[in-house]
Amino acid sequence: MNLFDYVRPASVAEAVAAASAPGAAYLAGGTNLLDLMKAGTHRPARLVDITRLPGLDAIEVLPDGAIRIGALVTNADLARDPAFVAAAPAVAEALLSGASPQLRNAATVGGNVMQRTRCAYFYDPDSACNRREPGAGCDAHGGDTRGQAVLGWSEACIATHPSDFCVPLVALDAVVEIAGADGAREVALEAFHNLPGDDPANETVLRPGELITAIRLPAEAARFKAHARYLKLRERTSYAFALVSAAASLAIEDGAIVEARLALGAVAAKPWRARAAEPHLVGVSVTAAGFEEVARRAAEAALQEARPSGDNARKIELAMRVATRALVLAAAGSPARMPALPGSVFAPVPTLTAAGDVHG
Amino acid sequence: MIPNLTLTVNGDRHEVHLDDARPTLLDVLRERLGLTGTKKGCDRGQCGACTVLVDGRRVNSCLTLAISVDGAEVTTIEGLARGGTLHPVQAAFVENDAFQCGFCTPGQIMSAVGLIAEGEAGDDAERIREGMSGNLCRCAAYPGITEAVRDARQRLAQNERESV
Amino acid sequence: MADIIPTPTGHVRLGSNAGQPLTRRDGVLKVTGAATYAADNRPDGLAYAVFAHSSVARGRVTSLDVDAAKVHPGVIEVITPANRPPLGRDPDGKAHMFSWRTEALQNDTVRYAGQPIALVVAETLEAATEGARLLAPRYAAEPARIGFDAGEAYDPPAVGIGSPPNFAKGDVEAGFAAADQVTETRIETPLQYHNALEPHAIVAAWDGDRLTVDVPSQAIAMARNDFAAYFEVPPENVTLRSPFIGGGFGSKAILNGPQLLCVLAARMVGRPVKLAVTRQQMFGHLGHRGATRQHLRLGVDGEGHLTALEHNAISTTSSFDDFLEPAANASHNLYATPALKTHHTGVRVDTGTPGPMRAPGEASGSAGLECAMDEAAAALGLDPLEFRLRNYSETDPASGKPFSSKALRECYAEGASRFGWAGRPLAPRQMRDEAGCLVGWGVGTAMFPAPMFQAKARATLARDGTGLMEIAAVEMGQGALTALAQIAADGLGLDGDKVELRAGSSELPDGGIAGGSGHTATAGSAIFAAGSDAVRKLAELATRDEASPLFGAGNAGVVGRAGRLHRADDERRSEAYGDILQRAGLSHIEGEGAGARDPADAAEYAMFSHGAVFAEVKVDPDLYQIRVSRLVGAFAAGRIINPRLAKSQLTGGMIWGISFALHEDAIHDPRTGRPMNADFAGYHVPVNADAPSVEAFLVEEVDRHVNALGIKGVGEIGVTGSAGAIANAVWHATGVRPNRFPIRIEALLH
Repeated sequence: MNLFDYVRPASVAEAVAAASAPGAAYLAGGTNLLDLMKAGTHRPARLVDITRLPGLDAIEVLPDGAIRIGALVTNADLARDPAFVAAAPAVAEALLSGASPQLRNAATVGGNVMQRTRCAYFYDPDSACNRREPGAGCDAHGGDTRGQAVLGWSEACIATHPSDFCVPLVALDAVVEIAGADGAREVALEAFHNLPGDDPANETVLRPGELITAIRLPAEAARFKAHARYLKLRERTSYAFALVSAAASLAIEDGAIVEARLALGAVAAKPWRARAAEPHLVGVSVTAAGFEEVARRAAEAALQEARPSGDNARKIELAMRVATRALVLAAAGSPARMPALPGSVFAPVPTLTAAGDVHG
Repeated sequence: MIPNLTLTVNGDRHEVHLDDARPTLLDVLRERLGLTGTKKGCDRGQCGACTVLVDGRRVNSCLTLAISVDGAEVTTIEGLARGGTLHPVQAAFVENDAFQCGFCTPGQIMSAVGLIAEGEAGDDAERIREGMSGNLCRCAAYPGITEAVRDARQRLAQNERESV
Repeated sequence: MADIIPTPTGHVRLGSNAGQPLTRRDGVLKVTGAATYAADNRPDGLAYAVFAHSSVARGRVTSLDVDAAKVHPGVIEVITPANRPPLGRDPDGKAHMFSWRTEALQNDTVRYAGQPIALVVAETLEAATEGARLLAPRYAAEPARIGFDAGEAYDPPAVGIGSPPNFAKGDVEAGFAAADQVTETRIETPLQYHNALEPHAIVAAWDGDRLTVDVPSQAIAMARNDFAAYFEVPPENVTLRSPFIGGGFGSKAILNGPQLLCVLAARMVGRPVKLAVTRQQMFGHLGHRGATRQHLRLGVDGEGHLTALEHNAISTTSSFDDFLEPAANASHNLYATPALKTHHTGVRVDTGTPGPMRAPGEASGSAGLECAMDEAAAALGLDPLEFRLRNYSETDPASGKPFSSKALRECYAEGASRFGWAGRPLAPRQMRDEAGCLVGWGVGTAMFPAPMFQAKARATLARDGTGLMEIAAVEMGQGALTALAQIAADGLGLDGDKVELRAGSSELPDGGIAGGSGHTATAGSAIFAAGSDAVRKLAELATRDEASPLFGAGNAGVVGRAGRLHRADDERRSEAYGDILQRAGLSHIEGEGAGARDPADAAEYAMFSHGAVFAEVKVDPDLYQIRVSRLVGAFAAGRIINPRLAKSQLTGGMIWGISFALHEDAIHDPRTGRPMNADFAGYHVPVNADAPSVEAFLVEEVDRHVNALGIKGVGEIGVTGSAGAIANAVWHATGVRPNRFPIRIEALLH
């Protein structure tokens, strides 16, 4: 990696000032940034180490019932916080389905929102990538496209956002709190990441030097706590990025859905709020025999605009199926205890017994 | 200007002079402090061979910029055994043949110590497997690793009961 | 299996140590971080080297910004083709059968992405890494040739290491004509990279014209001799230390260019130099398993017997060297058939040269063959295990020779029983678990040759009652330090704790190659012979010494055990080794031994390990994510020296089968030839949660021909059978026959 300046500001204001310089990057858990620097994908001139900034590592319930998660709260601490897990079980499940325990111990909430795409052509400094180098072109087109976007992509970029955490967050109308040279502001998470359009390098609405200070879940998010799931299709049972994922949250009264939220992961350059799906579910009885068909229709609505960006047409069908299943699982209710394999399609295998005891 | 880095590793305080801010915790441990038990398998947080405890939590030392953990308490594989007695996790790894080539083993063991301390897997084999899935073993000693973690947790719980 | 068998020499017995499930002798070293791998060495004055690698797959390097690298703080030297000192041997030569053409900056040609193109030496690893990046190479690039259809096809002179590319016995066309049923199976397997957890590392230090290299090596003496030839010093001037290897799987048997460059760099800068490749660089110059495209035809009569078996394979190799995955040869030695034909075609692509990767040919070929057998059984409406039993070969199908031993029938029975195979429905999509997942069961036969190489050992019995065994044997996780010490203890007639085994250094007698699953058999035979030789010499002293209770017993009349020689005909008459040596005025006595196969046995018998693998998979009925919920294998591999370690080897191999079936898939961009998933996030190998229940069982097998100790090998056989069993279970769960490995979710989606 390149030589860089290292600064350790004492306050958010100092941090913002330090990071306003060209080529500066914030360092928190470092799990994505160091990886990008080692790959040569990102060569910051200055690292602004925010890990010791005071006041950014709390999980607080605000007077109105909203939950504010400090940007420096680690994925692991958030996913283990009993009150948070109870209030937002799908968010915890998404967190625990991502990366590995070691990475979750280091990775932070703010960093998760800021993580970069896993597109191999973005990561590889020798490939053309408009996201990494505006105007360079996009070698992902015509390359290995199995994992690339099916929603919201452009000729300039077909990459996806890899976060698990952001998927249920965007379903729950999370808000990003931001500090900048001109003071604080906030942006809905749904509006935080930009679709690539003609300028994929402009990944988020953050202005130079701006720092995420917290993620806020509005009080209404708690309405969904009894029926919220995150489902993540993977090519390995654990420690793998999503092929496709979905977060489904249902508010149910008297057996009928009064409000539904659906979001998809790994299908677009941002966590994809599937608003088109949600009206299909309202008023539907979750116990009725036809619920899975309703869920499927909602999922089809969610993917209505989808089109393959290469040899990935099957990803669209998979996304519909994952969304359908997530809705069915959410309808069945949030699990009383975090599943042994969070976000997995698989129920646990009851082993460590002699062979022959568990078949049939 | 890079200040000297202070780390307490396995109880010993070290001052490390860095030429620049680039070294990771892993490279400081291995190349500056000579603690080569911690291994570099991928250098990208994708294999777990570099797992150490920083302030009691398991992390990938390859993705930890050393300067950013200035002042931290670090525990590595060299710091587990006490006075010639293996830590219960180490002993259980030997007894359950939870390794072959041994290269991933320090990371597996530190990860297992972290997992047991986190206290969420208990004796549930599936939760142990999930909790150990951040540590690749190319020899694929996974069945033994799962058994070893379970054995060690039981032994540690027993020790705790006896010491109360 | 008898615990103790008299050995041919009659002086010592095998069994008091061998056969015991001891824990690893190097266990404490490995769990405390004290086991030293190559990159752990830090000699005084150490400098760090990093090589730059090509990002194009074909063409020439036209410029390197050496100045930019040199001005980076800490950079000491940059080596390019322009200043690389001469070598004593041509890196593009083929000095012996284990020489691969390699790149040591002999010119500016690029022949695959990832090829070393320059080396940067610096005071720190960070500086060397950045220095290598600052070289910013430019190329005159030509289009890459990637994939079966883009590369140039040719008829290879050989496959694997020196095997004929084609084979025929009987008339397959007549066999197909006579068949009641002919099934065809087409399977593709991808490029796979070994990816041992330990990246290849080397620390080189010169002292005048003496060279010390710390480098993981599966062939210590051979590598030492190669280094000596490249650097034009006598072999005895080179010390190669390889006490622990962090996984090899075939990739650490062959010398490669960057190792030579590191040694050169150490000489140029006059300091020890360390070079550890990055994980990304593990996907280039270090060999891989070539991709295969296989086509099998099976003719079967009304009784379910094969009438003909044809197995054709296209295998990829590089543009500049030949190693063809001998996939079709997996059909030579397993199922009985009157007509057998195999054929290999090569395809040259712009990747590095493939090499032997755990079960080379057997892994990919077995996957194809076992899928084909399953497809034939299903077409017949026959249980796939029963179909395999009907085609059980009592003699080697290819050569007609008898097997030295073959307990495969017992493996089928043991495995089926442990798994609970009985009652498996014939048709697919018949089973579900409580959560609604599709469940399928599949079987595959495992088989692997039992070769031997050449090895030597030196034994010493000391007056204090201890023994020393010296051999440049290789500990790479298979447990050599433990299993060979057990054999040494039996060979020397000592308790295990009295025996020291010194291994892993070129200063010791040549332990041969740790490959082909033949190391325990070969090195073990040398060790046992050396131990026996020392005991024989001791026995000569004792039986000629009137003061000994063994006087007059004659050579054949004594047995060594637990540090004492006993009269064979009267166990009460015995004497401690130390007493014999003391009376003779000797501090110690030495023995020597060699291990190799008896040519007469080799000519007469076909020698293989066998096994049966049973897989259960769960497949989501809509989403098609797959999990191998159970894998049960039963294996017969002759005498097992340490059952605990053997089972670990076998289960590890079986999990490689999971990896083959579901995970590993190196993706080279078809336009640039660059590996686009050259890391563990993109190139998946199984994690712990992918192997929830994997068990290996050992089936007794006595082999009196394979070698005096009756040892076959267990290192690679676990991979065979397993991938096919899993694919067959996926079919049984879903009704879809996979036609490519790894089996992807998209392939099952319908």
